[in-house]
Amino acid sequence: MASGEALTTSGYIVHHLTNLSVGQGFWTFHLDSLIVSGLLGLFAFVGMAKLASRASVTNPGKMQTLVELIVSFVDQQAKDTYHGRSPLVTPLAITIFIWVFLMNAMDLIPVDFLPVLLGFAGVHYFKAVPTTDPNLTFAMSLTVFAIMLVMGVKVKGVGGFLHEVFTVPFGAKLAPLNLLFRIIEDVAKPISLSLRLFGNMYAGEMVFILIALMGIWQLPLALPWALFHILIITLQAFVFMMLTIVYLSMASESHG
Amino acid sequence: MNINATLFGEAIWFGVFIWITMKYVWPPLQKAMADRQKMIADGLAAGERAKHELELAGKRSADALRDAKAKSAEIVTAAEKRAAQMVEEAKQTAKVEADKVVAAAKAEIAQQVEHARAELRGRLADLAVAGAERILKREVDARAHAEMLAALKQEL
Repeated sequence: MASGEALTTSGYIVHHLTNLSVGQGFWTFHLDSLIVSGLLGLFAFVGMAKLASRASVTNPGKMQTLVELIVSFVDQQAKDTYHGRSPLVTPLAITIFIWVFLMNAMDLIPVDFLPVLLGFAGVHYFKAVPTTDPNLTFAMSLTVFAIMLVMGVKVKGVGGFLHEVFTVPFGAKLAPLNLLFRIIEDVAKPISLSLRLFGNMYAGEMVFILIALMGIWQLPLALPWALFHILIITLQAFVFMMLTIVYLSMASESHG
Repeated sequence: MNINATLFGEAIWFGVFIWITMKYVWPPLQKAMADRQKMIADGLAAGERAKHELELAGKRSADALRDAKAKSAEIVTAAEKRAAQMVEEAKQTAKVEADKVVAAAKAEIAQQVEHARAELRGRLADLAVAGAERILKREVDARAHAEMLAALKQEL
């Protein structure tokens, strides 16, 4: 309960769900999301790049073994699902899995910990979990969507891509209907991808906040929910990664 | 839920991280893992080959041992044969030599006997003559009966 002025329940919840932001209207930047996601990503990917640059063939260290384990797991998933050969799919899947996992894991930091800590530094709003910010989930899903479209055009060519758009699934005679279906199908992909992650993490965070409101009773409740949340964190990272691979494989394979 | 410019910032982050992973994380790790896989496979193959070679070497050494045994047995047999032959030869030589010596001795003995006999004959004739001289004294003229005595000597 960081700020002293409004200790009402709804005030507390709203306070926790408000981003640290600068700017006005559309040109608002959520600094907390940008900073946390950026730091986590830099930590993970620059660290992994450093580790990979001196990766040992004969004598892998513990960190290298861990990273190789994760990376080869993701690669196996990508290979099982995506049957073409692309230098992008596996790195993209690795990036998504690790980044989303780390950002989701921010949920396990007690909800009041960072706001109180930063409150001393004069920062009054701080939302520590970037995946509860729809801007981030939409940024990821729209990037994936763009890669998907580019890959579709690249694999099938512009003609093949347009042919597929207008003739699948009902044939050339019902071209407008096919186009409509295609648009619905394609719009649904990034929306479902981002809202699934956002919704899961937002709800999880909400439950943490509600538990934190229960006074002494939060002690027996926060731990089981956190333990259960570990499952959600991993699962959501995995689902986002897996669906991305599936969408890309759909984009680069002919529908018939 | 408000969509704003944060979206662009996050998209940039996402792009940067994809780029890092694509360029600096995945290729070296993939290479390291592939190299390791190859190394392990090579090592196992080499082990298998070495095992096979060991087996062959064992077989070869057993063969060599058997050959050596056979050869040594052959040599021993040949040597025994040769020794027997040599002994036989020596025996033969010794026998021949001994025969020679015996023959020579026999010849000598015969010669000596002949010699002794000749001498004896001479002496006996002299003795007979001396005896006869004693018996007959003057009546016997040695010169007159020399012819007869010589014939007698021949008869003995």
